[in-house]
Amino acid sequence: MARLSLRHLTKTFGAQAAVRDVTLEVRDGELMCLLGPSGCGKTTTLRMIGGFALPDAGDIQINDRSVVALPPEQRPTAMVFQRYNLWPHMTVAGNIAFGLKLRRLPRAAIAERVRDVLGLVGLPGFSQKYPHQLSGGEQQRVAVARALVLEPQILLLDEPFSNLDARLRVHMREEVKQLQRKVGITTVFVTHDQEEALTIADRIAVMNEGVLQQVDTPDALYARPQTLFVADFIGTMNLVSAHADAGRALVAGPWRLALPGGRWPEGAEATLAVRPEDLVPDPQGAPARVRRVINLGHYLLVLLDGPGVPALRMFTEKGASFSEGQEVRLRIARGLVFCGPEVAEIGGPMRPSVAAPTDRA
Amino acid sequence: MSVAVGAAGRAGAPWFWAIAGLRRALELGAFLALAAFILGPLLTLLVWAAAGTWLFPNLLPEFSLRWWYYVLGNENVVKAIRMSFLSAPVATLLSAVICIPAAYAFARLEFPGRRLLLLSFLSANAFPKIGLYVSIATLFYRLNLMDTFAGVVMIQLINTLLFMIWIPTGTFRGINRNLEDAARDVGAGPLRTFFNITLPIALPGLIVASLFAFLAAFDEAQGTLIVGTPNHMTMPVMMYTLVLSYPQPVGAVFSVLLSLPSLLFLLLAQRYLRAGYLAAGYSL
Repeated sequence: MARLSLRHLTKTFGAQAAVRDVTLEVRDGELMCLLGPSGCGKTTTLRMIGGFALPDAGDIQINDRSVVALPPEQRPTAMVFQRYNLWPHMTVAGNIAFGLKLRRLPRAAIAERVRDVLGLVGLPGFSQKYPHQLSGGEQQRVAVARALVLEPQILLLDEPFSNLDARLRVHMREEVKQLQRKVGITTVFVTHDQEEALTIADRIAVMNEGVLQQVDTPDALYARPQTLFVADFIGTMNLVSAHADAGRALVAGPWRLALPGGRWPEGAEATLAVRPEDLVPDPQGAPARVRRVINLGHYLLVLLDGPGVPALRMFTEKGASFSEGQEVRLRIARGLVFCGPEVAEIGGPMRPSVAAPTDRA
Repeated sequence: MSVAVGAAGRAGAPWFWAIAGLRRALELGAFLALAAFILGPLLTLLVWAAAGTWLFPNLLPEFSLRWWYYVLGNENVVKAIRMSFLSAPVATLLSAVICIPAAYAFARLEFPGRRLLLLSFLSANAFPKIGLYVSIATLFYRLNLMDTFAGVVMIQLINTLLFMIWIPTGTFRGINRNLEDAARDVGAGPLRTFFNITLPIALPGLIVASLFAFLAAFDEAQGTLIVGTPNHMTMPVMMYTLVLSYPQPVGAVFSVLLSLPSLLFLLLAQRYLRAGYLAAGYSL
């Protein structure tokens, strides 16, 4: 039972702000993902929660109690590190029991809890092995067990699967998700892999250059990105520079789109964001030429060049017939318009797509 | 050795290299030559040490251990042996106590002048030592440290600094910080983390450093000769006297005695010796 809240958290390294005024609420039992490109401040944020970095300003509260003044060993958090997790001179049991021994638990109780937690992560009978005898995935599971055995209030995971191969990574994140559901522990998970974030998180906090961009469920993040960065970062997106027109319309390349409300003055610069699945062939649409057709398994990625809008990406069904050099006409079914801090939707929210996230990762 | 020769042979091989038997013979020859070059003098030493008398026409000397009795029966020699085996461990231990925390600081903390300070430990080895010892001697006269046990230990300590700082610094730097953070995370304070996590992981590197330091202290002759005479002579210092004023087998016997600890330690250290420990220390 634990809520975590970050209040106006700021951390600077030298002149550079690593984390800028981040305010975030993590609900009890929630799996929150911190997502962003490398250097966006997500790991720094996590390390501040764990106590390994001190914030320059702001507060960290667990169940409304500030923990900023506490060193790592006194915080009710447990962290699973990116790599080199386990102490090489101790057995699996020794690694897991270390924290329990510090708490002066009786020997029998320690043995029982080690056995229980090893069963929980699916490694019964591994207690007497040394870390170098384990595979990467097994090591990470032991690391998770070591964190969970102390029954922390908050579980922190710092890109825990980044050094595993792709197949194992997919398997491990499913396992961690199920484990997290079973234990019901409040979890903060850092990753730069949006596919990972979209598949396991209850909510995702997208960060860029130390600034929190948007906090939302994976669906909402995909359908209604609130900043241009999120629109570009999550899934695949066509970005077309555009400007507002006198007649309540937006001109983007060859397209002229009706703007709901028509709130921007004539000539205002904007960016139109369109998902590849929202580019639809239509005899009434604007002209474009097919540059390449890429077969991505269960769907096709078609690269198109329109007048003034090069390299548009379109997803279509596998059966669709496109050939290189072919002239087509395209309509924009849905889109988002970013003008300064404002966002406008054209044709309703974007549909979450199975294909979209994997294409980018 | 043979591997390197073989590889070179394949690249631009002379004609006879293709004949397997000849190649093997050449490799064996090269190996034996190298072995003779390295082990030959040691072997001669061993023979001399076990020689009673060794006169011209004889290929081998008459076997005798009388020079051993002579050396081990000499009061001054025994005193020097005792002095060596007392001062070198003390110097090594002191060095460890001083240097290991310093090495940890060099590896883990950022402080102004870190690089310069780390380099300064090299400086004792960067100048001809004899000059350094003479100036230390003038200092020791003032401090009444001449011809004392403490003075000898301090001289030996200087020789250990390089090993005890540079190797452990590299060792500590090679330990991933996450391992320490993980210990803090599960509830260990900074000291417990150091003693339960960092130190055990660093131990092989620290053992290697201590062995090198011990040998450096044990082997020190120049400085001890200046600072320790006449009453605090160590084995290497004694060596000068023995070589100059006793029959040849005495020197040989003493040499064998002197190399015993080195040999013993190198055998012990084999387990821990990895090229990485030495190399790691030399990166700033």
